[in-house]
Amino acid sequence: MSTTPTTSESREAGPVGPDKADLQPARLTHGSLPRRAAPGVLLAAAVLGAALWLLGVFGPVAATLLAAALYTAGLYLWSRSVEGARKAFDRFVTAMVTSAFLLALLPLVSVLFTVFDRGFERFDAEFFTYSMRNVVGEGGGVHHALFGTLIITGLATLIAVPIGMLTAIYLVEYGRGRLARYITFFVDVMTGIPSIVAGLFAVALFQLFLGPAARMGVMGAVALSVLMIPIVVRSTEEMLKLVPNELREASFALAVPKWRTIMKVVLPTAAAGIGSGVTLAIARVIGETAPLLVAVGMTTSDNFNPFDGRMATLSVFSYTQYASPGVPPVFSLDRAWAAALTLILIVMVLNLLARLIARFFAPKTR
Amino acid sequence: MAKRIEVNGLDIYYGNFLAVQGVSMTIQPQSVTALIGPSGCGKSTFLRTLNRMHELVPGARVEGKVVMDDQDLYGADVDPVNVRRQIGMVFQRPNPFPTMSIYDNVVAGVKLNSKRMKKADMDALVERSLRAANLWDEVKDRLSKPGSGLSGGQQQRLCIARAVAVQPEVLLMDEPCSALDPISTMAIEDLMMQLKSEYTIVIVTHNMQQAARVSDTTGFFNLKAVGEPGGLVEVDATDKIFSNPSVQATEDYISGRFG
Repeated sequence: MSTTPTTSESREAGPVGPDKADLQPARLTHGSLPRRAAPGVLLAAAVLGAALWLLGVFGPVAATLLAAALYTAGLYLWSRSVEGARKAFDRFVTAMVTSAFLLALLPLVSVLFTVFDRGFERFDAEFFTYSMRNVVGEGGGVHHALFGTLIITGLATLIAVPIGMLTAIYLVEYGRGRLARYITFFVDVMTGIPSIVAGLFAVALFQLFLGPAARMGVMGAVALSVLMIPIVVRSTEEMLKLVPNELREASFALAVPKWRTIMKVVLPTAAAGIGSGVTLAIARVIGETAPLLVAVGMTTSDNFNPFDGRMATLSVFSYTQYASPGVPPVFSLDRAWAAALTLILIVMVLNLLARLIARFFAPKTR
Repeated sequence: MAKRIEVNGLDIYYGNFLAVQGVSMTIQPQSVTALIGPSGCGKSTFLRTLNRMHELVPGARVEGKVVMDDQDLYGADVDPVNVRRQIGMVFQRPNPFPTMSIYDNVVAGVKLNSKRMKKADMDALVERSLRAANLWDEVKDRLSKPGSGLSGGQQQRLCIARAVAVQPEVLLMDEPCSALDPISTMAIEDLMMQLKSEYTIVIVTHNMQQAARVSDTTGFFNLKAVGEPGGLVEVDATDKIFSNPSVQATEDYISGRFG
């Protein structure tokens, strides 16, 4: 009241507001740390940790952990004294979540770095144009294994995608009652099959007809398709479930039979998701080693006929080069790393492809 | 074109649950029949039995007769696909096919059934259907754009054009305006008035003014009690239902005393 000018009656009744003396205003502000508080504390903790490491008090791992703990505790206490308990806890949890994220990222970055670092030693033209035929020691390449991997994975895709997609269509569009429940259960079980078991299954299956010495690319394709089918079923099923029922009803109301509705309305609507799901399933099996080791074996020469004899694949190539290197071992090990790098790059390309598929085939609104 | 539908003693079930009991009514050709009533009383369920969409719900079935052209729609050898070719439907929420352009949405009933049609005939069909749905002037310059880019009211009229394009005898509309603003609603009501010269129209609506405005005949559905099946209370000329209904419950509902 004291600050309000009291020159006239109308001023007093004007938009001055209630008397401040008897109304405690709600506090909407609180103190806050300076804008660069978090990076500042992090820098201080990092410098301290680095100093302790360089002085030889701690090893690098212990120093990093100490710096992280110091940062979390320091920021928490500072924030608590200035900003209050809720803000402080917010900063604490943020620090914890970030730490967990970095921890999870560590092995991934480490693997990528190692593979790229060592793989580039032999990542040259010769590596992709030569097979290992008559190669002892230096030189040689993965021409045979690269195409072997592509052929076998392609065959596996040809087997797994129709079976998986049709199963998913049955489960979502037709399956009712007991049979559908059993299929869902067995698909779940298949998801958990160890890959070596899939390989042994393929070997056992083909040996029934071809005798105990059978090793062929198509056996590996069958083994990989066993691993791939449940992934394709699952992803396709999820995508089909996302198609709104209203679209099916709209189609039925136009007197379109059910199978045409599925072919021309449901599948096109879900095409983007199904396409990227299939691509990710391929990426998942292309690096499998164990089933190919037992079902396809290994060879040093080009063999691009999956129905005749052993074939080379990138994953098994990498394994054999590493498991039984020559003398000196360095050439063999370089080839193993370069093969691993090739495989990682293929998987990366497949993942990018999945994203592009999802973007290009998604229903547009403009 | 338009056909008469006679419903006789229709009981509608979801599994063992009797949802709607004992509906008997005649739906007149070249007129608009409105179905009103509180939520959950079985209007939409009844509407969906008229073109055999009801049975798409697992376990759903009906007993009784629905007769069109002296044929029982629920007869032993009747193909539901053929029934739906005669009796089209427009849904509560506009549902154009998201993968198709406006043009393809209109001819979806033709294209999805892989019927051969000359390009010129198809163009004519698109224009005629869109004109019938009062949408032609708004979309004629962007027929190749996706149907889902239109506004809600335009999408609903696109769905009506799509339903009209297959030239059905009867058009069922399940609360076609409930998701639309008053202007779009008016456009669709005008459309119904035009369409009824060629089609038999049945509309479910919660909007009693709408029923009074557009319909010639009104049927009032109600639940006897909670947990009891719903049923048709009375059906009569719209003027009579809204001025002097013969059942007390109808008057209570219309005058806003319950529901």
